[in-house]
Amino acid sequence: MSDQSKSQKTLDKETYQQPDNSGHFGQFGGRYVAETLTSALQELEATYRELWRDSTFQADFDRDLAHFVGRPSPLYHAERLSEKLGGAQIYLKREDLNHTGAHKINHAVGQALLAKHMGKTRIIAETGAGQHGVATATVAARLGLECVVYMGAKDVERQALNVYRMKLLGATVIPVTSGSQTLKDAINEALRDWVARPEETFYILGTVCGPHPYPEMVRDFQSIIGREAKQQCQEMTGKLPDALVACVGGGSNAMGLFYEFIDDQDVKIYGVEAGGLGIESGEHAARMAGDRKGVFQGQRSFLMCDDDGQITESYSVSAGLDYPGVGPEHSYLREIGRAEYVYATDDEALAAFRNLTRMEGIMPALESSHALAYVEKLAPTLEKDQVIVVNLSGRGDKDIHTVAAIDGLALDGKSGLQG
Amino acid sequence: MMRIKQRFDQLRSASRKALVPYITAGDPAGNTVEMMHELVRNGADVIELGFPFSDPVADGPVIAKAHLRALSHGVTLNDVFSMVSLFRENDNETPVVLMGYLNPVEIMGYEVFAEKASKAGVDGVLVVDLPPEFADDFVAQIKPKGIDMINLITPTTSDERIKTICSVASGFIYYVSLKGVTGSAKLDISGVQQRVTHIKQFTDMPVGVGFGIRDGESAAAISQAADAVIVGTALVSELAKFDQEGEACMQRVGSRVSEMRNAMDNR
Repeated sequence: MSDQSKSQKTLDKETYQQPDNSGHFGQFGGRYVAETLTSALQELEATYRELWRDSTFQADFDRDLAHFVGRPSPLYHAERLSEKLGGAQIYLKREDLNHTGAHKINHAVGQALLAKHMGKTRIIAETGAGQHGVATATVAARLGLECVVYMGAKDVERQALNVYRMKLLGATVIPVTSGSQTLKDAINEALRDWVARPEETFYILGTVCGPHPYPEMVRDFQSIIGREAKQQCQEMTGKLPDALVACVGGGSNAMGLFYEFIDDQDVKIYGVEAGGLGIESGEHAARMAGDRKGVFQGQRSFLMCDDDGQITESYSVSAGLDYPGVGPEHSYLREIGRAEYVYATDDEALAAFRNLTRMEGIMPALESSHALAYVEKLAPTLEKDQVIVVNLSGRGDKDIHTVAAIDGLALDGKSGLQG
Repeated sequence: MMRIKQRFDQLRSASRKALVPYITAGDPAGNTVEMMHELVRNGADVIELGFPFSDPVADGPVIAKAHLRALSHGVTLNDVFSMVSLFRENDNETPVVLMGYLNPVEIMGYEVFAEKASKAGVDGVLVVDLPPEFADDFVAQIKPKGIDMINLITPTTSDERIKTICSVASGFIYYVSLKGVTGSAKLDISGVQQRVTHIKQFTDMPVGVGFGIRDGESAAAISQAADAVIVGTALVSELAKFDQEGEACMQRVGSRVSEMRNAMDNR
């Protein structure tokens, strides 16, 4: 890899400069929090501003990405899948090959370096499916910092394996029994913890959501995905991709891929939300499909709420996409027409999961399978010399229990496969 | 009508401090207005009425659960306005401050919210997650209706921000007396006194203190430094027992308020 693909932001974007000084991406984003959180966020923002441009910090971050995370991740030409779909050539950005098995480790490493620099002794995080919790517990173990992970009580039950992984790594997992007992409540509880002990605590937030500076900071730490993909695509195909596709829960893997390409107007950008059981069923997590904007967990963005402004519960077969809010920069990219947001249902995602597994020998996370499901629709509409880069944000091992259950099988640690 | 200013003026001339109890509208269901009158009968000077939100992130478990109970009773923002209207039928003096989170207000629309709040007889609004730097549009709707914008100041708010907050706020300042969420740990009373004195360098507005006041003793101590004593969790934790104990718990809330009133007046 040449120097350009490393994590230095080599050039400022010429035309795209978001967010503004108040943390807004157009009308979206901001810092809508109680005064009790403001000083902690100001301290974080100041430290981040200072360090992101600091060459020593950048060198440390690059070294960790290379030797701890295992970057660069490959860009893989999925030839059999491309052949089968009969259109564009499909390239997978293999974030599933990162240490701990997903893109989450990129921003966890970055935030942990900040925490260390700020002299924090205690790391907290929220997690839904457990991938971000595992990534956080991993970096905390490496730095020898205390780690507390908040996880909805329902998710603790559903994701026993990841809960145990976090415990092995030395983290304390606190089941959250308030509200819907899922990801959004875990975030609420992490924020409550942070407010109470801001001096010693660093909150490693797991996506491009929340109050400023999180959406910008997590995006910047993830933007290595797009920088690598751009260079790899040029090397392998001699040109930029024609389209990018990524799944969007909070939206961190998607922003990581998209950000580098925002000024390349010929590159089409597609974000894929979770369509669950179908939009008409109400059981989904397609925030953009509902066309409702509001303020939730510190940011203005598209979200899912009722007519009285109460946040409603989302649904997806994929825990990582099951969240009623979405990163404010995605809302902005949609509003300015730079990115298009579509959705894939549970069934479409499961079919894509099986297709990739059988055709390429790569088992994708159910989250990433939503992006692949849209690729299956998009690729046949394009020419054979066109290129789609899809972010394979994580590996599917964690989802095997879910898929087995859908197949009517119960995987039991004692007796093996039953059903 | 500026009930908040009138009330603090009256108290100042009587050398008394304001007692401001908090309850969540719709908790318990159907008894909110009755509870508001009970608070006044026992010595409340201003009532802080929470409007429920699904994700009350600045609140601790006691008040967060009250929000969810109210929502399980189907209480909407429009219902909260109806409760204030009903309260006003028998009490046109006691100021009512609505306290809650931004999204229900956003979805209703600032203009409609201001119109309805004004019509219902609301005197002030505290939107926990609407910081002063983003509050211009909202303030522009409520100010002309005579509704005060109540803002929080915390132990870690910088002097620069205190100035900004005081330039946006009206009615009174709500000082959060400790780090954490509502209902958190113990109060450092002399620290609170110093901080209130410091805030008063920046404003002539009354300064109320909330978070961590549980009983007569802490209420009396805080009232030495503050113009108002705000108490929520200690009362809401009684109301949580409504399903088991019925209206007896409402009377206990009344006695708690009364105990604080006496302690503050006889210190």
